[in-house]
Amino acid sequence: MSLLTTPTPGAAVPETVHKTIVFDHVSIAFDEKVVLDDVSFELTRGETKMLLGVLGSGKSTILKMVIGLVQPDRGDIYLLGHHVNAMKEEELFDLRRQVGMVFQESALFDSLTVRENVAYRLIEESVEPTEVEQRVREALRFVELEHTIDQFPSELSGGMRRRVAIARAIISHPEVLLYDSPTAGLDPVTSTTIIELLVKQRDVYHTSALMVTHRLPDCFTMASHYFDEKENRMEPIPPGSHILAPSSFLMLRDGKIIFDGSVHDLVNSSDEYIREYIA
Amino acid sequence: MELRSPTDIVQEYLLAIQEYTTLSMQAVANLVRRPRYLNETLMQADSIGVGSLPVVIMTGFSIGAVLALQSSNTLQRFGSLSLTGQLVSLTMVRELGPVLSGLMVSGRNSSGMASELGSMKVTEQIDAMRALGTDPTKKLVTPRLIAATFMLLILTIIADLVGLGGGWLVARLALGLDSNQYWSTAWQSLQFPDVFMGLTKPLLFGFIIGSIGCYYGLSAKGGTQGVGRATTQAVVAASVLIVVIDFFYTKLLMVFMHVH
Repeated sequence: MSLLTTPTPGAAVPETVHKTIVFDHVSIAFDEKVVLDDVSFELTRGETKMLLGVLGSGKSTILKMVIGLVQPDRGDIYLLGHHVNAMKEEELFDLRRQVGMVFQESALFDSLTVRENVAYRLIEESVEPTEVEQRVREALRFVELEHTIDQFPSELSGGMRRRVAIARAIISHPEVLLYDSPTAGLDPVTSTTIIELLVKQRDVYHTSALMVTHRLPDCFTMASHYFDEKENRMEPIPPGSHILAPSSFLMLRDGKIIFDGSVHDLVNSSDEYIREYIA
Repeated sequence: MELRSPTDIVQEYLLAIQEYTTLSMQAVANLVRRPRYLNETLMQADSIGVGSLPVVIMTGFSIGAVLALQSSNTLQRFGSLSLTGQLVSLTMVRELGPVLSGLMVSGRNSSGMASELGSMKVTEQIDAMRALGTDPTKKLVTPRLIAATFMLLILTIIADLVGLGGGWLVARLALGLDSNQYWSTAWQSLQFPDVFMGLTKPLLFGFIIGSIGCYYGLSAKGGTQGVGRATTQAVVAASVLIVVIDFFYTKLLMVFMHVH
């Protein structure tokens, strides 16, 4: 894949508009340690791509690079058709408003209440207070934490903080969501609750997403379940059904992509490393 | 401990100076850019101004009083005890008011800024802010810079006045000087260049306190230990810069404004 047109900073690049995210031969090193080496992949609209790999393989760096928090040494990154690494920080702020990001440790503002955290983006955009309140409650209802609205993040459990972070990310109905290990360190029940929220976001709002994770069961749940709006819960896709769960997997090893494909291709891979990883 | 080459150390210092200058310039440029965070600025002004008031009043009063006490012996030897008001006034307004207020506010606030922003940095709250479409220099740095600059000016004026009051108390009670004589010599000795020097120094020092505190906070890395290190470095750097810049700025004004 090579995008030959010279991109104008800030302007949408026609070849990439139909894609949510495009990484084109991206490389980055920190203190002479190569973290990503010539990485190329695409995320199509409405799809959830799960990034797998051992610790330090550059998965979180990919998420930060998508919205320009970290700049690559080489290569090009496109987000919703915009050439991210050719844009100035000032121009990136507008683009980032179309993206929601859930950080690994939630990164909630600890001096603000849950209400202020979730409403943060709306307050910054000077949305009417009544509308802010209504949308905050709606987002908190989505993550089933409306009762915590006046609490501070320090008063919540790890799982609840992660769910508040999801509410903060989805409140402005972003086109893209970036999840950095949303279930890391949580018990299986809470993890399933969070995965259900991500499936709901994917299937109800058709949001494109990149998800970094170490938990394979979560990945397989995402790929094998859909959200039943009538029942308001996640259900397994029945065998032979035409229901789609637009998910794919991307695996990194030593800074390079060693797998990019569907769950079917992943479980049937003959690569020894992949087989060992998913075993 | 790993030994580092002098080239690496110099490179690191130059990089830090470059980053500090860029951050300061961005923060100043934000004054004419939207959005402006008036609420944050007022909250910081309250924290820096009102919060530092007791310590600045106590310091100013004690320094004014001790200045009158210490100088009385020398002045008496030359039969010039009546000039106590002039000495306290010139020293407080031109030098000790701005410098001591600057050092006090630096100890209290540049450390506070460095630890607050440092904690936000190491817990990814700064990245989260950027990801949410907010410029941290606009939301966090510029309000602190404005608040520190203008609040230090007000605090210095208060310290000068309280210092003169401390000097008067000693002159009246310990040295037996006449109150009218003290206040008239104190007032009449002040010329425009003295007041100009005394009022521009806190603006300079306030800028140093705000920018250094924010710079070390935003450069913090390495968890809680890194935050602690950033806090200490902020206080040391701001205090040393205040004292060093005070010397050069004083000399500059003496040359250009013919102050003696």
